[in-house]
Amino acid sequence: MLGLNKKDTSLLIIVAILTLLAPFILNPFPAGSAMAQFNAGYPDLMQRFVIFGIFAIGFNILFGLTGYLSFGHAAFLGVGSYSAVWMFKLLSYNVIPAIALSVVVAGLFSLLIGYVSLRRSGIYFSILTLAFAQMSFALAYSVLSNPKFNLTNGETGLQVYADDPQILQGANSPDLPHLFGLPMRSTYTLEVGAWSFDFNAGYYLCAVIMMAVFYLAIRIFRSPFGMMLRAVKSNQQRMNYTGLNSKPYTLAAFVISGMYAGLAGGLMAAMDPLAGAERMQWTASGEVVLMTILGGTGTLIGPVLGAGFIKYFENIFSKINDNVLHGWFSFLPDGMEDAMVFIVHPFIGKGWHLTLGILFMLVVIFLPGGLVEGGQRLLNWVRGRRSGADDKTAGKTEPAE
Amino acid sequence: MDAFLLQILNGLDKGSAYALIALGLTLIFGTLGVVNFAHGALFMIGAFCAVTLQRILNLSYETVDETQTDFLGNPLKVKTPYVESWFGPEAGAAIIDWSVPLAVLFAIPIMLAVGYVMERGLIKHFYKRPHADQILVTFGLAIVLQEVIKYFFGANPIQTPPPEALRGSLDIGVMFGFDPNAIIYPIWRLVYFAFSAVIIGGIFAFLQFTTFGMVVRAGMADRETVGLLGINIDRRFTIMFGIAAAVAGLAGVMYGPLNPPNYHMGMDFLVLSFVVVVVGGMGSLPGAVLAGFLLGILESFASTTWATTTIPGINQIIIYLVAIIVLLTRPRGLMGRKGVMEE
Repeated sequence: MLGLNKKDTSLLIIVAILTLLAPFILNPFPAGSAMAQFNAGYPDLMQRFVIFGIFAIGFNILFGLTGYLSFGHAAFLGVGSYSAVWMFKLLSYNVIPAIALSVVVAGLFSLLIGYVSLRRSGIYFSILTLAFAQMSFALAYSVLSNPKFNLTNGETGLQVYADDPQILQGANSPDLPHLFGLPMRSTYTLEVGAWSFDFNAGYYLCAVIMMAVFYLAIRIFRSPFGMMLRAVKSNQQRMNYTGLNSKPYTLAAFVISGMYAGLAGGLMAAMDPLAGAERMQWTASGEVVLMTILGGTGTLIGPVLGAGFIKYFENIFSKINDNVLHGWFSFLPDGMEDAMVFIVHPFIGKGWHLTLGILFMLVVIFLPGGLVEGGQRLLNWVRGRRSGADDKTAGKTEPAE
Repeated sequence: MDAFLLQILNGLDKGSAYALIALGLTLIFGTLGVVNFAHGALFMIGAFCAVTLQRILNLSYETVDETQTDFLGNPLKVKTPYVESWFGPEAGAAIIDWSVPLAVLFAIPIMLAVGYVMERGLIKHFYKRPHADQILVTFGLAIVLQEVIKYFFGANPIQTPPPEALRGSLDIGVMFGFDPNAIIYPIWRLVYFAFSAVIIGGIFAFLQFTTFGMVVRAGMADRETVGLLGINIDRRFTIMFGIAAAVAGLAGVMYGPLNPPNYHMGMDFLVLSFVVVVVGGMGSLPGAVLAGFLLGILESFASTTWATTTIPGINQIIIYLVAIIVLLTRPRGLMGRKGVMEE
């Protein structure tokens, strides 16, 4: 179907079903119950899942296929957000031109940065992209917000004001981001017994776009172009010796992943019409690296999983406080309960970053393939056990003489 | 002329910090071939060694002083630090006053131990893995160290004042024959510069004139051959890692009075120090020092009113701009060896 083989088609269908039914899947617990805090099915968080999923898919096209580790991808996200908000300011609150412009501008920006950075590889490439991103951050934060030429509005962040031109804004169209009149914030809540499910217009827009770009990523992975990118990763020197110039391929990959980042930035602004410089800081670039590695570098579904995993636990862990912990451990004797709370306390709430850092180190050390590899290992282990002891001798390979 | 000199001086303290951190980074890269993203965190841990010592020295007990009363006539509670009761009031007060310089002694064993544990416990397992993995795992470690410090010391900067005698400023213009008040310079910055000069000199002397340093240099040039000669080079490299950690830590200890330590100071310096290493040349020790001071001074020149009015915000981007130009025109850096990480 759609030029994909059977396995990829089923993967795409699974992803489509999961994203479309996310409001159900992410809200397994009845509202108001003790477990409701583990629900993730509210619009804001679901939007973040898919937006960061898009960001990570794009990053994976560069890092997963070519092995070039960029530490500056947040710059493209930020540029995308800024361009989208500018479209809101100048034209109208319709999200289509905003998202289109954010992709185009991020593409041009990444063409520029990629052209320069890709003249080096390895750690030099990482540091060059880092330097460019920090420079963009500094520019957006202070330089481009002087009164004469206010492009980014500095610390406050770029937002839409009442006296902005908005030349295409119709009289009846809503005064917040919308898709041909359908506001992104409009949510239909379905009540089924004790459960409630939110169906948010913005989320579905993001979800549809994510499915489209996920499909595109599959096509890229399976195309001759994708093969070229893998060749860059496995042995660039040999590729050059065979007479191929790898530069156009890596540059194309860089621009594509930059455009994905710009798209994510544009969508972020479309969900909440605000763009700030902190989106470009290098910690934000680090975050997308974390997502990709955690999920599984170079795999199709990995980055999406990683993005969802990090955003979900960021949200849940930040919400847990000591009272919740006391509730959990209340079955223990008093002293034990306090001790457990004391032990767990540094890792929750504001300590979420500590948990993230530890998790990240563990993944890099023990599971370089990320969650996807972990899942495969688990599957193999289960299969190995089920097939019984008689396979044990068969599985053993004797070294050839 | 005096304005020119003042800018150079202004660049020295930041330049010293860059040079010290970059020196450690280069040592680690040159010996172990590891790109250490956690080096900024070591700088920060050093600064928090000073904070810790300050807190330890200020531990005190309360006594009720009958001779003093508050406005209600109740006897006043007086806090006396333990050191004052042990060493006498004057010596005790002096010890507390000099807590930052004393922290240097306190930090050396701690930083050596931290470096040793880090190398043996984590970095050792990453020699054979790609640079990207090394970057990622040390990046994760940096986050963890930063968050641990934040958990124990909070998110706000903590003041670590210099000793009373070294506060204030010095009119050094007069010494060089300029008008009085032309060049006034805080004393602690001079101390910091002198301190870093001593450390840098010490490291170079250690590598140049001791047998241990000679073996390390030989190992940097050709690790395999040195190993074949029956020398346990890994062990020496581990010690060098500890020394590099100590250098970063000491840079952090002494930097406290210039800029109150907070938990993310390491990350702020790390990005810039990497740029410094790259500009100086990966693996070149003199290059790292030279580039550290050069970029520090350049940054100070870019922060003058003249520069910021001509090109707004130039002070924020100058270092990155220089790095980009250097990497594109001379990828091995100012003093890098030919062929080292050039492609």
